[in-house]
Amino acid sequence: MSRTLSVAIKAAAIAFASLAASPGFAAEGASTPHKQDWTFSGPFGHFDQAQLQRGFKVYREVCAACHGMRLVSFRNLMEEGGPGFSEGQIRLLAAEYQIQDGPGEDGQMFERPGRPSDRWPSPFPNEQAARASNGGAYPPDFSVLAKARTYTRGFWLSLLDLVTQYQEHGVDYIHALLTGYDQPVPEGQQGQPGLHYNPYFPGGWIAMAKPINDGQVEYTDGTPATVDQYARDVSAFMMWAAEPHLETRKQTGFIVIIFLAVFAGLLYFTKKKVWSSVAH
Amino acid sequence: MSGHSTFEPKNPVLKWFESRLPIIGLMHGSFVAYPTPRNLNYWWTFGGILSMMLGVQIITGIVLAMHYTPHVDLAFNSVEHIMRDVNWGWMIRYMHANGASMFFIAVYIHIFRGVYYGSYKEPREVLWILGVVIFLLMMATAFMGYVLPWGQMSLWGAIVITNLFSAIPFVGEAITTWLWGGFAVDNPTLNRFFSLHYLLPFMIAGVVVLHVWALHVVGQNNPTGVEVKSSSDTVPFTPHATAKDSFAMVCFLIFFAWFLFYTPNYLGHADNYIPANPLQTPAHIVPEWYFLPFYAILRAIPSKLGGVLAMFGAIVVLFFLPWLDTAKTRSAKYRPLYRQFFWVLVAVCLGLGYIGAMPPEGWYVIIGRILTAYYFIHFLVILPLLGFIEKPLPLPASITEAVLKGQAGGSLAPAGAPNIPGRGA
Amino acid sequence: MTELATPSLVEQPTRRDFLYIATGAFAAVGGAAAVWPFISQMNPDASTLALASTDVDVSAIAEGQAITIKWRGKPVFIRHRTAKEIEEAKAVPLAELIDQSARNPNITTGDDTATDANRAAAGKEPWLIMIGTCTHLGCVPIGLAGDYNGWFCPCHGSHYDTAGRIRKGPAPENLHIPPYEFTNDTTIRVG
Repeated sequence: MSRTLSVAIKAAAIAFASLAASPGFAAEGASTPHKQDWTFSGPFGHFDQAQLQRGFKVYREVCAACHGMRLVSFRNLMEEGGPGFSEGQIRLLAAEYQIQDGPGEDGQMFERPGRPSDRWPSPFPNEQAARASNGGAYPPDFSVLAKARTYTRGFWLSLLDLVTQYQEHGVDYIHALLTGYDQPVPEGQQGQPGLHYNPYFPGGWIAMAKPINDGQVEYTDGTPATVDQYARDVSAFMMWAAEPHLETRKQTGFIVIIFLAVFAGLLYFTKKKVWSSVAH
Repeated sequence: MSGHSTFEPKNPVLKWFESRLPIIGLMHGSFVAYPTPRNLNYWWTFGGILSMMLGVQIITGIVLAMHYTPHVDLAFNSVEHIMRDVNWGWMIRYMHANGASMFFIAVYIHIFRGVYYGSYKEPREVLWILGVVIFLLMMATAFMGYVLPWGQMSLWGAIVITNLFSAIPFVGEAITTWLWGGFAVDNPTLNRFFSLHYLLPFMIAGVVVLHVWALHVVGQNNPTGVEVKSSSDTVPFTPHATAKDSFAMVCFLIFFAWFLFYTPNYLGHADNYIPANPLQTPAHIVPEWYFLPFYAILRAIPSKLGGVLAMFGAIVVLFFLPWLDTAKTRSAKYRPLYRQFFWVLVAVCLGLGYIGAMPPEGWYVIIGRILTAYYFIHFLVILPLLGFIEKPLPLPASITEAVLKGQAGGSLAPAGAPNIPGRGA
Repeated sequence: MTELATPSLVEQPTRRDFLYIATGAFAAVGGAAAVWPFISQMNPDASTLALASTDVDVSAIAEGQAITIKWRGKPVFIRHRTAKEIEEAKAVPLAELIDQSARNPNITTGDDTATDANRAAAGKEPWLIMIGTCTHLGCVPIGLAGDYNGWFCPCHGSHYDTAGRIRKGPAPENLHIPPYEFTNDTTIRVG
């Protein structure tokens, strides 16, 4: 089978190459985000706690005004593999928010201070209210947004991504989007009123105005307070929010694959022994 | 399943039981003593791998169903609840989602192995047809499973695929309404898809039993395509095939683990992490990768009914493969012309998969049509004619002869009794 | 049924045996490790565990009244006892009790005897807070009922006294007391 296999692989490769050369890969006129360095990429990826805490600060002080995070609970912020806040910090943080509860004994809903088990309160009661407050655009929820966004890599790069474990399309896109404002509008292009030019957004015109500027969020650990850094930190935070068990997943994977590799080796020699007396 | 078993238990309790229900003898005859051709290569291990994957999917699926809620308002959140809160939920859910893809990778290899070595030919027609039935059930199961997380791709995939049935003349509308249980894909649809998604894997398991039964009645094919003639052609299933299959399974698990732990969303779509929105279609609707060749065929025909017929025809034609291939020689190893066409077919199927992932515009449409046409020409024209045109290479007299010839670098088998311990049942 | 008695296999029995044993051991360990997540997933998940505490305002509960709240999916009785009820509970000789343990995880003194003081809220004698599931088979007992004017379980006839201690019937233990604390004079945090 092997001789013909190589012929066929070559044939398939030629067929694919001719296809891949044709247009269609440029992602709907959007610029391609640049790959960033993330601590959580690759087989030994892990979150940078300080970065997640900074990212959370950016989210809370800037993004949370419009973007919810309805699947994340306060308690998640103190769980292993996350920003690593202490239980005390989270109790205090949760208590700063008023959470609707009830109905009480009088049959009415009431508000009470938040607890760690509460979900992150959304800034708008429903999608319609969110659209009404944002000129018809819906600020997407952040819970799984880092996994819900991507950009086109094309056939060959996608194959390569499987080997290199490049899985950070979403955060690279978010980082590019946040740093992609203030660029000159290409000649001849004009967006609808209320839209803003951003070359990384599919179509190039986005309803969200530039959300953050240099120095807007105070960093106390000496990290530069720049838009680029804010974008990096909040993207990392969003990756954690979307995949809170990322660290455990990669650690477990490493152990499992090593185990299976040794097991496969043992089975190989077992198989060889069993078949050693049989020509096949 | 291999017919008469020579198994006789020594233990009196087992003896008593066995004389009333000979299940141990059945298992022994099917998976221990069962004579296996000694020359099977690693392409033959995918049957075992598929059994393993069916097991993995059923077990993870039952576990997921313990935490999942089939309701349009709760389905997406319940999947995220599994991912975030349930102990090991993220692993079990990724296992199930990626396991479906692994299942299809293995089944495509298994199918193409059968096509290469002529495993569908007399007397294995029923075995082959049962296999195509399993393939169809797998596609239905996978499609309905993908709807359950109720993301954007779930919803719009369900809408597009159920709308295929509206192409049927006269009753199409009535059938889609019946499938949906309403006027759109909505909560009733999600509920029934969940129910059927739970049911179908057990039907697959049932047909798998028939598939294995049929296999054990006619015996396995082998790379030479020459039937087993004497006990020296075979080795007992255990330990020989067991050891080889186990090794292949663990290698396959490593491949699986790479996806599961390192690139769990690689084979999925980012859009499916956006909750379903019946008012807004995603920019590109693309089915899961394993449906892409069929999707390309669907789009190649510029007519609604025609496209649907072509797509289903692409599978229906497989049912008739045993009779469309007129050649007497089984294995492509001894069919120089067929071998070339086989690899062209593989390239065409991969090409169709690629076209299926691309937007239906420009050259993609034209290439898609050419490949679709070739797919049908292969089965309906080339295969029937090839049997009359092609001059097959001389076949070995037996499996043993072929093996020993290969071993000794072309020299003949040693005189006297060959050193073969294999003594099949 | 098949003998593999070829010379090559007889050669190094120890090495071969070791290989088979090692492979088998790996299969067993791998199988056991793979089973664990599937067992563990049925344990309470993180969101369930997080719902561990509930705040209750008890200012509106008059003497002699009781409320039932839900904590971890189970009923919790909060009873404001009358002086008479407290007296009755205190008058019971300890020797008469079926279950000698206070079943109270909030006790800090180390004294576990089922005295009324060990059952009631520390320093707030009128308040009795208990998990409202019968220790027999989990039904919810009825308040202000039974032979001892405490609780009576209608399922199988267990009688509890005014300190929630089992006195008669098939239940083996006193009604359990959940972990709780008074965060202020009128608020109890259960859990």
